[in-house]
Amino acid sequence: MAAQNFKHALFCAVITLVISYPILGLNLVAEGTSVGLEGATTGTVINVFLAAVAVFLFQLFRDNIMGIFGKVPNLNPLPKRGPVSQERRMLMERVFFVAIILFALLWPFIVSRGAVDLATLVLIYIMLALGLNVVVGLAGLLDLGYVAFYAVGAYTFALLSQYFGVSFWLALPIGALLAALFGFVLGFPVLRLRGDYLAIVTLGFGEIIRILLNNWTSLTGGPNGIGGIPDPTLFGMEFGRRVKEEGNVSFHETFGIAYSGEHKVIFLYLIALVLAIFTLLVIRRFMRMPVGRAWEALREDEIAARSLGLSRTAVKLSAFTIGAFFAGFAGTVFASKQGFISPESFVFLESAIILAIVVLGGMGSQVGVILAAIAVTILPELAREFSEYRMLIFGAAMVLMMVWRPQGLLPMRRIQIELKEQG
Amino acid sequence: MLEVQNLSMRFGGLLAVDQVSVDVQEHEIVSIIGPNGAGKTTVFNCISGFYKPTGGKILFRGQEIQGKPDYKISRLGMVRTFQHVRLFGKMTVVENLLVAQHRHLNTNLIAGLLKTPDYREREKKSLERARYWLERVGLIDMANWEAGNLAYGQQRRLEIARCMVTEPQLLMLDEPAAGLNPAETKELDQLIVSLKEDYNVSVLLIEHDMSLVMGISDRINVINQGRPLASGTPDEIRQNDDVIKAYLGEA
Ligand SMILES: Nc1ncnc2c1ncn2[C@@H]1O[C@H](COP(=O)(O)OP(=O)(O)O)[C@@H](O)[C@H]1O
Ligand SMILES: [Mg+2]
Repeated sequence: MAAQNFKHALFCAVITLVISYPILGLNLVAEGTSVGLEGATTGTVINVFLAAVAVFLFQLFRDNIMGIFGKVPNLNPLPKRGPVSQERRMLMERVFFVAIILFALLWPFIVSRGAVDLATLVLIYIMLALGLNVVVGLAGLLDLGYVAFYAVGAYTFALLSQYFGVSFWLALPIGALLAALFGFVLGFPVLRLRGDYLAIVTLGFGEIIRILLNNWTSLTGGPNGIGGIPDPTLFGMEFGRRVKEEGNVSFHETFGIAYSGEHKVIFLYLIALVLAIFTLLVIRRFMRMPVGRAWEALREDEIAARSLGLSRTAVKLSAFTIGAFFAGFAGTVFASKQGFISPESFVFLESAIILAIVVLGGMGSQVGVILAAIAVTILPELAREFSEYRMLIFGAAMVLMMVWRPQGLLPMRRIQIELKEQG
Repeated sequence: MLEVQNLSMRFGGLLAVDQVSVDVQEHEIVSIIGPNGAGKTTVFNCISGFYKPTGGKILFRGQEIQGKPDYKISRLGMVRTFQHVRLFGKMTVVENLLVAQHRHLNTNLIAGLLKTPDYREREKKSLERARYWLERVGLIDMANWEAGNLAYGQQRRLEIARCMVTEPQLLMLDEPAAGLNPAETKELDQLIVSLKEDYNVSVLLIEHDMSLVMGISDRINVINQGRPLASGTPDEIRQNDDVIKAYLGEA
């Protein structure tokens, strides 16, 4: 066993060298018109060798290390909880939601402007993740291009305001409905696809939208994006120092208070909060309705679902459409918050992050998804110094989760239905 | 009510079903038997719309249904179970029954969001129907279990209950006794007869358990290697020389 481990470790170390030395240890340099090779600095070469040694040691003591790793679940902060009774769980969930909403309402008045801004972003991600949860967590359709619907919402508002002077409040439903329409349209070609194939097609769709936005310069401004997106108004009151739109009045003058840039940030935050709560409640109802059960049935067994008269077309399209609708919501808020959008905000990484939130939180679980959205958005901000390693930390967190708690932070709990009283 | 005429199904070079005819009248239990690979499940798949038959006609209440999409066929009042149980494993037992009743439910999204009186009324009726059938198949105590956690025999019963809440006219059972112990098989036997007697459902049955088939069937169709071999009452089948040679003889 030991000898075999040693051989294996040596082999891995050599492979590490063979792969990394040419990539890191050699540099291409221009020598006049031709290209030549030159060795890297000694420091890099030493690092490459150190890496090989690290791989060697890890592989040599792999069994011991993985043994320690295997003990980790015992330290799990959320051990397998005993079955909590239905009433207790409902109560706990309700308390959790009320507490978090109260806290969220107070939040902007106790912290700095930057923190409120960040909280708005968290709320946007909560909306996105709750929406994607419908598609991935409930209906089981792996959608890697979800960010496209977010982009549709954001660009709808940006373009409508730029070309037609449409306000936030009108753009909000239009953006959401247009995103829903895109979801519906994308649903058709992918009806027959599942799993990996579906993932690839949706990924492609997300990229198509982004590339389209990037290249349709005459309409969208291409990579330069669209600026000057207006802030939301409160019953015709604007939050800027000076009123921009004819017929509007300014917030601070109406109430006779000094102008402060914070009003706008707080107002936007509150809008995002209301919309996030709306998203939460609506999807929560859906989950308890025939449509929600149909989504899950399709995820569990498509053939059985069809044999019982569920139309695959209707069920899949409804999941895509409703998921996209909420992404459109989030997009409109995002555009208003930033005041400027460009295709850069809607890259694949964004889809991946939203998907990661759903997976980390626990597929189908709303509380879990909210917690994960908060964690995934805030942690990188707290660890600013490590921002370069953000993806690394992110990846490590995902790997740890898969080892530790593959079902997510707070896996979905079934709703219990009392039947006997009915009789 | 169901008439299958000269049904053929070809998979590439393999003629899995060749000119098979079956008919089921109201208030009747009809069985299809035959050795493994004879094409019985394929016949079911054609009737229930999973496959588009390459030949023949299928009539349900005089209406041609061959090639119609599966979900439409089941909405006509013809539902089936599967040779390998297919439940919604992560959903609870009640939810499995509610999914099946979506046609009885108000599926209007707005009505559901607002909980209109009509929506509540239908939801209540569906729950009542679910409760009734769970009691009928003895699963009421597991109503809130995840279906995947049920014992095998219970899963089989749940699958039948899930068909029954759709209030079908014709129930198609694909080897419902497979994997059941003798006591469970006996219960199943009584359940199937009761479905016919008490709920006026016709049954099309695929089964290997000969005592079950001979005991409850009104008529039996034997197929062998995709071709019809014999059909008739249980007594006629028992005495049919071809059948004895090809099928009963082995067992
Ligand atoms: N989808 C399919 N594609 C190709 N061959 C199939 C398919 N379904 C069934 N068959 C073949 O048809 C024959 C009959 O199968 P089946 O109907 O399952 O038999 P039974 O249910 O009587 O045991 C078998 O030879 C099987 O391999
Ligand atoms: Mg079979």
